[in-house]
Amino acid sequence: MTDLLKLTNVSRHFGGLKVLQDVSLSVQPGTISGLIGPNGAGKTTVFNLITGLLPPTTGDITLDGTSLVGRKPHQITRSGVARTFQNIRVFKEMTLLENVIVGMHRHLHYGVPGLVFALPKYRAAEKRARDRARELLSWMKLEHKADDLADNLSYGAQRRLEIARALATEPRLLLLDEPVAGMNSTEKTELMREIVNIRGRGYTIFMIEHDMRFVMGLCERISVLNFGKIIAEGGPEQIRNDPQVIEAYLGREDDEVSVTPGVAE
Amino acid sequence: MIDFLDNFWSVYSNLVLSLGTNALLALSIYLTLSCGMLAMANAAFMGIGAYTSSILTMNYGWPFPLAIAAGMAAPTLVAFVIGRPTLRLSGVYLAMATLAFGEVVRLCILRAENLTGGALGLNGIPQLTTWWHVLLAVVAVLFLLARLRRSKIGRAFEAIKEDETAAGLMGIDVNGHKMLAFALGAAIAGLAGVLDAHLTFFIGPQEFGFDRGVEILTMTILGGINSLFGPVIGALIITLLPELLRSFKDYRAVANGLILVLIVLFLPKGLWNPAWMRKVTGLAKRAAPSA
Repeated sequence: MTDLLKLTNVSRHFGGLKVLQDVSLSVQPGTISGLIGPNGAGKTTVFNLITGLLPPTTGDITLDGTSLVGRKPHQITRSGVARTFQNIRVFKEMTLLENVIVGMHRHLHYGVPGLVFALPKYRAAEKRARDRARELLSWMKLEHKADDLADNLSYGAQRRLEIARALATEPRLLLLDEPVAGMNSTEKTELMREIVNIRGRGYTIFMIEHDMRFVMGLCERISVLNFGKIIAEGGPEQIRNDPQVIEAYLGREDDEVSVTPGVAE
Repeated sequence: MIDFLDNFWSVYSNLVLSLGTNALLALSIYLTLSCGMLAMANAAFMGIGAYTSSILTMNYGWPFPLAIAAGMAAPTLVAFVIGRPTLRLSGVYLAMATLAFGEVVRLCILRAENLTGGALGLNGIPQLTTWWHVLLAVVAVLFLLARLRRSKIGRAFEAIKEDETAAGLMGIDVNGHKMLAFALGAAIAGLAGVLDAHLTFFIGPQEFGFDRGVEILTMTILGGINSLFGPVIGALIITLLPELLRSFKDYRAVANGLILVLIVLFLPKGLWNPAWMRKVTGLAKRAAPSA
């Protein structure tokens, strides 16, 4: 099977700071893949490079064999990559419906005359967009709040809205940056089910997540990033038992602070 | 009754028509503000439109419709040229760059004496603007902007205003839309300039300087940018205020500055705020936004 997304020897330096070094990884179409690693390992930087917010210092990023390097974010979105953000970035002063319709920007074709004179073509396209937006909101169980302002949503609901909005761009690859951060366990379980459903509809998903139960339960392939380098790659079982991963997360045994007896007793 | 109206019109026609041109100016800066840009070049665009069209009608005898088209095209072209480097800037830096551009335009007008009459201005511009030109212009611009608001372009502007990065990742060409707002605003400001110049016989470089720029901004901020009514109401108040407070006319610029400060402090969303009105009238369907 060919890779949908492929990073080849990607590095990113900020001045002398090497945030990513020689990162290579790939995402197969139709799968749910994960990128994990301790805080500050460079995970979000990987997403920023893929979506064109930052250029890689060296290396190549390809989607379906076409290089994404040097393209602007909106061009990369149009070629089929969508993402959510770790620090939620919904359009707070718009309704949920409007948020999702913004994502359909490039799929609305009605030219300037159609727009100015509200021609049937314009009205049909706008109606299709509204119907589709309601459908996407219903996937994320938000359709009953379609006309509320995004600012009034709970934290977890804003995260789900971001996913609906990202899906509106009709991506081939959906990047989720810590989708369950700040959610309670009920919300996490629900979102897990919804993400499986999204994959079932033919989308490929690549996520960054800290919640191990969530990642291990969803992802077929996991890459582990530590200090800007990929230290392990494989299925959940393999990752769980990888000594390097355990070391990255829990520290080496001789690093462990031995409890000094007799203090604070 | 007819006599009264005749009298009223002969005394106040200029005031009523400048209500219209000021509304156009307020709407021109509304466009860039609705895209999240504080661009202060609209007075200069107005000047470019006014001078271009006046020179064409006075010196070359161009018919008015063609002069209007030229007076709108010239500032639009200039907007494309200066927009490329300046629209990369944001916030106060964009305001500074566009203010500097306005000064450059004013000084160019001042120096090009052969063409523009320099500091003496242009005298004896044919009075070609009639009430229906102004009315038609305001209605056409309002119609166009209302349609834009309800389309993907209006949504893209709002998305850019709220979060540029997120808007780009929704597939919106951020720079392209900013340029569209800037250039369309320049065309509308140019139109206001053409109509104003052919109403008042005379134009001079000082009319299109910093004071005018602040006045345009004050109108729009006062009215608010949540709806198209905002800029129009702002223009109405700022135009009528000096008439009502005629005895204080030396302090006009002070009043404008004071209004700007008070509005920003106490009514940051402007006078015409749909959400606030819904709340007051008890028709609030959406829950009140959390603080």
